[in-house]
Amino acid sequence: MHFSLTDEQTALKDSVQRFCERDYDFEHRRALLRGDDGFSRDHWATFAELGWLGAGLSEEDFGYGGGAVETAIMQEAFGRALVVEPYLSCAVIAARAVAAVADAAQKEALLSAIVAGETLATLAHNEVQMRGDDADVTTTAIPDGAGWRLNGRKSFILGGPSADVLLVSARTGAGVSLFQVGAEAEGVERIVYHAVDGRRVADIVLTDVEGALLGQADAALPGIELAIDHGVVGVLAECVGAMDAALWLTRDYLKTRRQFETTLNTFQVLQHRMADMLVETELARSMLLRAVACLPDADPVSRRAGVSAAKVQITEAAVKVTAEAIQLHGGIGVTEEYIVGHFYKRAVLARGLFGASDFHLERFAAQTRRALEAAA
Amino acid sequence: MTLDLAPADAAFQAEMRALIADVLPQDIARRGRQGFHATDEDVQRWMRILNERGLSAVHWPVQYGGADWTPMQRHLFQIELRAAGAPVPDQAALELVGPVLYTFGDDAQKAQYLPAILNGDTAWCQGFSEPNSGSDLASLKTTAVREGDHYIVNGQKTWTSEAHKADMMFALVRTDSEARPQAGISFLLIDMRSPGVSVRPIYTINEGLSVNEVFLDNVRVPAENLVGEENKGWGYAKFLLTNERTMSAETPHTAADLAMLKAIAAVEKRGGRPLIEDPLFAARMARFEIDLMALEAAVMRVLHMEEGDPALNATASVLKLRGSELRQRIADLAVEALGDLGLGVFPDVEGQDNMDVLAPVPPAPDYAAGWLSRAMFRRATTIYGGANEIQRTIIAKTVLGL
Repeated sequence: MHFSLTDEQTALKDSVQRFCERDYDFEHRRALLRGDDGFSRDHWATFAELGWLGAGLSEEDFGYGGGAVETAIMQEAFGRALVVEPYLSCAVIAARAVAAVADAAQKEALLSAIVAGETLATLAHNEVQMRGDDADVTTTAIPDGAGWRLNGRKSFILGGPSADVLLVSARTGAGVSLFQVGAEAEGVERIVYHAVDGRRVADIVLTDVEGALLGQADAALPGIELAIDHGVVGVLAECVGAMDAALWLTRDYLKTRRQFETTLNTFQVLQHRMADMLVETELARSMLLRAVACLPDADPVSRRAGVSAAKVQITEAAVKVTAEAIQLHGGIGVTEEYIVGHFYKRAVLARGLFGASDFHLERFAAQTRRALEAAA
Repeated sequence: MTLDLAPADAAFQAEMRALIADVLPQDIARRGRQGFHATDEDVQRWMRILNERGLSAVHWPVQYGGADWTPMQRHLFQIELRAAGAPVPDQAALELVGPVLYTFGDDAQKAQYLPAILNGDTAWCQGFSEPNSGSDLASLKTTAVREGDHYIVNGQKTWTSEAHKADMMFALVRTDSEARPQAGISFLLIDMRSPGVSVRPIYTINEGLSVNEVFLDNVRVPAENLVGEENKGWGYAKFLLTNERTMSAETPHTAADLAMLKAIAAVEKRGGRPLIEDPLFAARMARFEIDLMALEAAVMRVLHMEEGDPALNATASVLKLRGSELRQRIADLAVEALGDLGLGVFPDVEGQDNMDVLAPVPPAPDYAAGWLSRAMFRRATTIYGGANEIQRTIIAKTVLGL
């Protein structure tokens, strides 16, 4: 077991951290959120140039030979700076879905365009009733000549407003299939709004939309689940970055803010609360390694149980630590113009995305129960 | 970065599992796996079996009878020992005084004490805490005054684990009352059979006896029982307390507890179905299992960090704090899972040192044995070894720089 990074991984980490420190201060981020796209297409081009859009993909998948560790490195840095570009939805989830589901020619076309920064894609899988249950697809697709016609409604699609290509899941005869749909295709309506953390999302209404089947019909669900697991671990890495940033920002604040003729760091009641924040952050960081390690698990049931365990532990910790960071800052913590409250908003988003804690706790517990029954 | 156990470590763990299965007597293993507190006889038998194979103190250097194992190997061995139900040997001797003796003791002390520790022949207790020196240990008042070739020791120690069975005590005593508190403390070995030593049991809320008060009244201790230099004892004590960081998480113990809790949840029923099928109970148990997974991952990170890694203190600091809390919470949940069986007092072990029982102790299913007692005693896990509030202050000062 090696917890240390390779030279290449260290270089990647340094490079993304440098970008976030130099080019991504909080005021810049605020301005981006108010722009036309809600993020910077110039930054996206930079990501492509620096190879970041293929950093988490193997060479067979038209990436640069990395994997989930590289994705976690990127996402942790992005969580620290609260980056708003659609990296997770496009370079992680959509790319992983294509890699897992599509045939060779489709992969080459889509993945090389994603990695080059030429195409923004997103996985349009979530539906409002799902709440984490990825099998609960109600959107339908029926054969229509050489192609397919899709009907249904997708909910809260990250990266949806800016995507050129939608990867839409739909129920077909005996299972779930994945379709490529042009975002501007006839019958596609995008209802754009913004999420708690300021990023844009879209609900996507599909009315008799033409879609091109990716890979085999009825066989897409396992690949979609794998892509979402990679996405969940990406979210968890963001949480660790956000928690760590909130923790040290709060530490620095306590050392400078004066009340009662002394700095706040001298109050033991505050010291102990900060100690608990550190403990939560360190455990979350440890759990993240475990989550990354479980992604290659060949058994999807145990892989998903491992991801669920990490989702519960890390998102609960992230909400707790970032909420404490607000509390320890006092009034400034709840203002729109100060960053600390925005760490909390990202943590709240992470807690609810891809199923809340109860769903994941139940999925993990079900695995424990099956293991006990198997042992009996 | 790869995250699987290295092949050599995985092979080592499998080898240890097989070895333990081979040499751990079945009657001892059965009692251990049922959660019974090990008897003194079981502990001693087991220590001798280990010692014949050179495995009593695997973390000690080879020259002192250890095996010089890495912290990782030792951790994997611990996981297998706890999973197999092996008795926990004399911690005070193997973990605490042993390393102090081979690091700071003289040749005569090493020859006299170390082999007996390895064979389980000498039982030790730690004389640190005093009635008015708990978390603020450096304020201790027990004095040792040099008179010829003896020290005359006077004072009182408390919370002394296993003092009622101990042959020897390693104690912190004040040899200079003029110096600042930490600079006037020495590390002294006291024969518990010396005239002037008296032990009074302190029964704890689990109705058991493990801690004691020890009164030291003009006890004559030979000067050769001083370890290292006079007035340097505080440094040796700090060495002892930080000697093994990852041990403080006690994750192998907690993993064994969790396995027992699951076995309870598979047989105990509510509303006609096993607790494991009750979503509310299953969720609570799952939450603790997830906490344990995170803690185990933190232990692994610490085991892989180099000394001097700036992240080491931060990661290691979580272990005692969260490890002790989790031990309490899992025992509490087991008591709840047991229903009535969790609320009645049933025997923990044949021959345990219990206080006078208030009423007869009827037999109970084996899986219920000892949980109530453990849950009660574990209120101490967040107090001993530096109360968790002290741990938080240490984190705030040393890691966060507050």
